[in-house]
This record gives sequence, structure tokens and C-alpha cells, in this order.
Amino acid sequence: MPQNEYIERWQKQHGKRLDHDERVRKRQAREGHKASYDAQNLTGLRAKLYQQKRHKEKIQMKKRIKAQEEKNVKSAAPDEPSKTPLPQYLLDRSQATNAKALSSAIKDKRSEKAAKFAVPLPKVKGISEEEMFKVINTGKKTHKKSWKRMITKPTFVGNDFTRRPVKYERFIRPMGLRYKKANVTHPELGVTVQLPILSVKKNPSNPLYTQLGVLTKGTIIEVNVSELGLVTTSGKVVWGKWAQITNVPENDGCVNAVLLV
Amino acid sequence: MSTLVPPPSKRQKLAAAEKAREQQEIQSIPTDLGSVRVQFFDQATGNATGPAVSVPVADANIKNLETLLNTLQGNEDDERVPYRFTHHPDKPEGQTIDILSDLYHSLLQPGVKTTEDTISLFFTPQAVFRVKAVSRCAASIAGHGEAILATSFSPVSSSTMVSGSGDSTARVWDCDTGTPLHTLKGHTSWVLAVAYSPNGAMIATGSMDNTVRLWDAKKGQALGGPLKGHAKWITSLAWEPYHVQESGRPLLASASKDSTVRIWDVVSKRIDKVLTGHKGSVTCVRWGGTGKIYTASHDKTIKIWNSKDGTLIQTLSAHAHRVNHLALSTDFALRVSYHDHTGKVPSTEAEKVAAAKKRFEEAATVNNKIVERLVSASDDFTMYLWDPSNSTKPVARLLGHQKEVNHVTFSPDMAYIASAGFDNHVKLWNGRDGKFITTFRGHVGAVYQCCFSADSRLLVSSSKDTTLKVWDVRSGKLSVDLPGHQDEVFAVDWSPDGQKVGSGGKDKAIRIWRN
Repeated sequence: MPQNEYIERWQKQHGKRLDHDERVRKRQAREGHKASYDAQNLTGLRAKLYQQKRHKEKIQMKKRIKAQEEKNVKSAAPDEPSKTPLPQYLLDRSQATNAKALSSAIKDKRSEKAAKFAVPLPKVKGISEEEMFKVINTGKKTHKKSWKRMITKPTFVGNDFTRRPVKYERFIRPMGLRYKKANVTHPELGVTVQLPILSVKKNPSNPLYTQLGVLTKGTIIEVNVSELGLVTTSGKVVWGKWAQITNVPENDGCVNAVLLV
Repeated sequence: MSTLVPPPSKRQKLAAAEKAREQQEIQSIPTDLGSVRVQFFDQATGNATGPAVSVPVADANIKNLETLLNTLQGNEDDERVPYRFTHHPDKPEGQTIDILSDLYHSLLQPGVKTTEDTISLFFTPQAVFRVKAVSRCAASIAGHGEAILATSFSPVSSSTMVSGSGDSTARVWDCDTGTPLHTLKGHTSWVLAVAYSPNGAMIATGSMDNTVRLWDAKKGQALGGPLKGHAKWITSLAWEPYHVQESGRPLLASASKDSTVRIWDVVSKRIDKVLTGHKGSVTCVRWGGTGKIYTASHDKTIKIWNSKDGTLIQTLSAHAHRVNHLALSTDFALRVSYHDHTGKVPSTEAEKVAAAKKRFEEAATVNNKIVERLVSASDDFTMYLWDPSNSTKPVARLLGHQKEVNHVTFSPDMAYIASAGFDNHVKLWNGRDGKFITTFRGHVGAVYQCCFSADSRLLVSSSKDTTLKVWDVRSGKLSVDLPGHQDEVFAVDWSPDGQKVGSGGKDKAIRIWRN
């Protein structure tokens, strides 16, 4: 490999050969011949390397030719800037259709009765009380009757919750398993947004779990969609909307849900 | 045992409280206050009508003041005009006070003025007819296959309306029966702009396919082929005002994204002139009644052109971002030309031109001069009020919006400017000096367009939040909320005779609203 720009240095000091330009021109003129000769006559590893190099060059060449052709063609009609028609004053604006500002096209389409109760996960495995609760038997009195339970699954606890005195606290919901936010996917738009959970509406396994706010797969939760900017037909901002949990939160360490629209 | 009457419900209690409050407010004016000196000023010019006159406080209600002012102005009995009175504060930062029923309750009782002072009242003439607020959806007409992007009522009456849609057609609707009249097929892409000619005989449509097309408004047939010439889509259309048209040869101006404005000879279907000079997309074009064409562009400037020879007269540059929309103080007069609220149409061509000219001059004359004011809305969250015939400096800078201002409009009597912004608010400004008057709050999404009723007492606005709202200009309150659209409302128009409001949006249905 050449060290430093010794050729340029030499040329600066001594000038070029008198026939330099002539030689360059001739070399360029014979480039095609040389390429052809090499392609036909090289063998072994050199041939392989040569073909690789030539392949890459050809790709570049084709790209350039295509770009040139496109430049020359006069296109008939300009493409519409977006799929959905927009009025003149909304064209040329960077669309605010990012995930946060979903259009109000997202509407309650649950006009039919049947669809109203249809959820993405119609059947889920039941969870027994043995699996859900761990008996707490610390302390003398508690140990005797074993009436205290700890919930072993993730829960949602509202922010206005205060613990009862230890003596009356029948269920413990561990801090580490509490969730406040859910990753909610809009099924039609395919966007996912992290939204605050408002409440647990229905845990299909057991009404008690609903009361306790247990988050298991298939649970219906209410999420705060105000930042999505959804509007009802009467022009009010939609605030809470229901979603169904689609993953097993205790396995994943997060709550994923799908919006019920 | 007698039956116990249940305690009154909350609603009953509220109603009783409301009734009590209302009844309490109806008070009479004390008769022992003597008289007060009142001086009248014209809101449009700021000039006094004459020296102050002494008015008994007990009789100083709106009706009597109107009668007095009509006499002072020398109006005949058959041309009495209703007036609106406002009191401007002495200090510049104070709020203007609207005289709602009488001087005593508006000024004297709150202690703004005493009977010792001379009260200066600014008066604005109001329309002699009244437009009722639209309150119900008269028709929801399906037909368009895609979102509706533009609507316009015919200047002739409220019975026909045209709408342009994303399904590359424009449709003419019979608003009395709520049925489609004609489908104007021909464009190959979205129809972005529609405009009725001032005499209501022709419709021009501008489209995404870079062409303008002309249609017979009565028969719904195409008048010739497309007008080709623009290299990009059409953003706005403006007809030559009726009173400056060469008889039978109206011109049409079309603004385009390709940063030019083209003026078309409608009869020969040829380009008459091309106005080039803007460096960005031209967003709005307006044809003034004094032979000037106003254009606003994305290059932050507003340019004023001579419509006769297509030369540039002025460039107004004050905006810091793209200019979205323009409104002329004479827009309404130019739009309706010789059609007025009485519904009588002059019989001959010469009379029509004379009527249109008279209408325009009445609207534009301030201090015996023809003045066309201009207001421009921009992405820099501000608006500017211009008086281009006087100076290239703006009259006022209208500050207050917190996001892009999308649409701006002058009221037909030129007393107000309404602006719709993406910050969910509609704001109302004084049309004379650009002072802020009030904000109409209520929309929960970006407001796209707004439109005054013909008597300037009401304003309708369309929004992304799927509703239309009708606002009472005087009280600054919501008059009627009009939910009903399933999706964003892109376009709204109030018919020039005030009967109906037409709106269209993303839900593909045209809705006609009436009282």
C-alpha cells in the first residue's frame, strides 16, 4: 500500500511527464478491453474477487442509468400527496397524523349489539384462588387462622388508595407488581401508545379479582385516551376507553392491551 | 297519613334559582337622574356626528337612541337603520362596553360614567334584516364517494350549493329538497376549490390534476374542456367582480401551488395573463373591486397586482411565516354583486352592473373614499390588517392566537374580523383598527373555517372536532351547537341570504342546516 501522497508530492516537485494526459486518455479508452480480458482470463481466487468487484460496479451503473432515465421522463400527473383527500389548507403541512394525534376516524363503531360485547380474546384460562393468593402466616394471630392473603399477580391500584390498618388488611397488593400504564394498540390504525390505566372494569376469572384490580390476560381495563384527541360525534373529547389485556403481564413485566373499538 | 311531597329535584331547584335571578334583573331605570350628554361617533371613521346632545337618562334605551341617531343622520322614515352602540374606554387598555339595553344599566349603574360626564358612543349601522341562527340539520345528503373539501352557496339564493370532493367530482345540490341536482364529472383528481361566478351562472372548479374547469350552473354541463396551464394543483379561485367585468367576458383568477396565478378568459378558454413573482405556493387569491388582485403565498409575502395589465403594484411583507388566507372587507359585496336580501334582480344588464357597482361602493366607502381593507392570516400565529391603498405598512398586528391561523373573514358590514386557528379558538377583532374583541371558546379540535351570516350578527365555525358551532357575535357566546357530522368538517358556508348553512367534511355527507 502506498504510504503518504508520494505521487502527488513527486508531481509537485518535478511536474508530470510530458505525455501524461495522453497516457491517461489511452488507458481509459482501453479500460473496457482490459475488463473484458480479465473477465475471460482470470482464474481461481483472483477471478472470484474480480467478479465480486465487477458485480458491485454493475449495480451502481444500473442505478445511475435508471436515475438518469427517470430524470428525462416527463411524468403525466403528479401523485396525490396522501391517500385520504385533504382540503387545500391542510396540504403541504407536515401531517399531524403521528401516533398521538389519531384522527377522529376512530370512532365507536359498536353500533350493533353483538359487536358491543365482542372482545379480541373471548376465552381465557381461569385462574384459581390458590394460584392467585399466597397465604400470609407471619405473626402469632395471623399464623393461627391464616386469614391474610398476598396477591401474586400484577395489579392496578388507583392513586387514591390508602392501606387499611394491618389488622384489617386482608389482601396485600405488592408494590413491585403494581402497574399504572399500559401499552395500548389501536387495532385499525396499528399504532401503539402508552396510556395511563384508569380502572379495571372486568376480570373474567372472578368478580373478586375485578374488585382487587388484578391484571391478567383477557382483563378489560379502562385507559385514558384523552391525548389521542378522539372526539365523539357531538364534539366532546373522549376521555376513557376500554381495552383488553393481551399478554400475561407477570411474564413480560409490562401490560399490553388492545383498544376495543 | 298524607303523602309526603318529594323534595324538589336538582333540576327544579336550578330552574327556580335561574328564574329568580332573571326576575330580579328586570329593573326599571330611576326617573330622578335627570339627563346625560351623549355624543355619537361613527365606528367606521371615528368622526363625530355633531355636538353632544342631552338625553334624559330614563329614556336613554337603545330604541330611543336609534331614533335619535337616525334623526341626526337625516335618514328618511323608510330608510331607518338599526344601530349598535359601544362605549370605548378613555384608557387604551380598557374593555369596550356594549350598550345592551340602555345607558343606565350599561354605563351609569356600574360607575363607568356619571351623569356629569359627556358619554361618547360609537355606533355601527346594522343590517336592516335579521338572520335566524341555524339550529337543526335539515338534510344529510350522501353522494360523494370521498371527503368533501370545499363548498360554496350560489350567490343567487340559498337553494343551490356546490361542493368539491376527493372523489374528483363536484356536485350541485338542491338545498330546498335536500337532493342532488348535478354531478360535475371531468376532473381526474381531488377537487380543491369551487367558486360560483358573481351572477351565479357558472361554476369554476380547481383540482389536484392542475386544471380548472368551468360548468354551467343551471344545466350542470361542462363548458368546454379543462383549462390547462398550471404545473401544480389549484389552491384557490377568484372571479372578476361583476361591476368591472367586460360585459359577457368575465375573467377568472386561479392560484396554484406552482407559485403562479393565472387569469383566464372564460369565454375563449385561454390564459389572459400570468402573474409570476411569488417564490412559493400561492395559497389564496382575491379579486378586489377596484381592479386589484391580492395574492398570498407560502413565501411570506402578499402581492397586489393590477388586473388590467398584470403588473405588480405592491408587495406586503411583514409575516414571518407562510400566509394562509386573505380576506377583503368587500368580499361579501363582491360575492353577491347585485343579489340582495330583497331577492329582486335588476332586469337589464346595465342595471345589474349599476346595482353591483352601487353595492360595492356602499360597502367600500369610508370617509367618502373607496377603501378596500385586507386582512391576512399566517402560520406565524398572527394576522395583519392592511390598508394597501394608503401604505405598505400594516394598520395593525392582530396577536392572540397560539397556533397557526388558518382562516380569516370579514363580516359583511366590515365591522368585525373573525379568525379561526388550529388552537381550537375562533377570535373576533374590530374590523376598523384590528383591536381584539373576544374569543369564542368551545371547540375541542382545530377550527378549520368560519363564516359570517349576512347580517353580521352570527358566525358559524367548522372544526376538526366534528361539530359546527354558531356564535353570537354581540354577546361573544355560543348560540347553537350543531353536532351531527361523523368526522372532521372541512368546509362550511353560510348562504348569502342567510337561510341555510352547508357543510361537508371527511364523513362524505353534505349537511344542510337551517333554523
